[in-house]
Amino acid sequence: MSERKMANRWLPHPWLSVWLLGSWLLLMNSAAPGHLVLGTLLAVAVPGVARMFWPETLDIVRYRSVLPLFAVFLWDLFVANVTVAIRIVSFWRELRPRWIVIPLDLRNPTAIAVLANMISLTPGTVSSKLTADRLELLVHVLDTDDPEGEVETIKRRYEQPLQEIFQ
Amino acid sequence: MITAALYFGYGAISLSLLLCLYRVVVGPDLPDRIMALDTLYINGIGLLVLVGISLNDSVYFEAALLIAMMGFVGTVAWCKHIIRGTIID
Amino acid sequence: MILDTILSLAIVIGAVFVLIGSIGLVRLGDVYSRLHGPTKSTTLGMGGHLLASVLHFSRAGELSLHELLVTGFLFLTAPVSAHMLAKAALHLRVRSVTAAPSPDDAESFPETAADAQRDA
Repeated sequence: MSERKMANRWLPHPWLSVWLLGSWLLLMNSAAPGHLVLGTLLAVAVPGVARMFWPETLDIVRYRSVLPLFAVFLWDLFVANVTVAIRIVSFWRELRPRWIVIPLDLRNPTAIAVLANMISLTPGTVSSKLTADRLELLVHVLDTDDPEGEVETIKRRYEQPLQEIFQ
Repeated sequence: MITAALYFGYGAISLSLLLCLYRVVVGPDLPDRIMALDTLYINGIGLLVLVGISLNDSVYFEAALLIAMMGFVGTVAWCKHIIRGTIID
Repeated sequence: MILDTILSLAIVIGAVFVLIGSIGLVRLGDVYSRLHGPTKSTTLGMGGHLLASVLHFSRAGELSLHELLVTGFLFLTAPVSAHMLAKAALHLRVRSVTAAPSPDDAESFPETAADAQRDA
């Protein structure tokens, strides 16, 4: 049996395990040895039990694209929040909300979910509906003159890096 | 200085709780009311965090975490009830 | 002293963002626009408050990071709630102030306020 297969058997979702251990330590608010041991036990046991209900795994192909995307995302998160806040308190200005449709190039369901969440948290947009065939995403924009430009920005800024990460 | 900031925070959050309450009462549609309740519980978490800071007691954190989890589950359950007619499927 | 200033600033800025989120909830025109306030401003405001809490409880000497758990949880759940709410509103065909993005979608799409006025 190859090493990778062994690892998959004991840790079906390695990132979920890391996340669980991290959450446990944060919840206990300490990194004492006892909490480390208990947290590790939980981090191994919970994904093992949940494996039956959660067969698909996270397939990240290029780890080094993750951090730049995350940095871009955090910055956009901050900028988008300030912009939306300013637009909300600009009582004298009429907002121009629009619906836009983003044709998706992504095929991986996890990648689509990540993209939808990123869209909701960043530039004045909320993802509203994914068509049943998973080819288009309906997005509501709070204030825009240029719907095509918004589609273009989202595709370039978020979808392309995600495509690279998940393939 | 922190005391003044805390009082400002209490005021702002109380005001926003009232605004959310307005939206809960006025509606006009069901999603509006659910959204307002969602915002209401998030504001409640903010108030609890501020109380925790001003009383210097971290026990309020547990309550905040519980409200965050239960509120999210509640919002999603409401939405599923609207979309599918059932909550568990 | 510097820490006090940062802490107070985090509290005040957080409170302002939470308030702006709720103002958006009351002021904006339709359900879909109103979604923007709570998902963005309120979540960031909570981030500010929880940062203040981390600073306050870490000041005594022991690092206290468990507030990050609430922050992370809120940032993970806010877009999911927003998506579900938008889906529910579209399902109920709640009126939108703007038209459907393309004629293909118009059938499955809620009528706009302008349509409703014309029909009346």
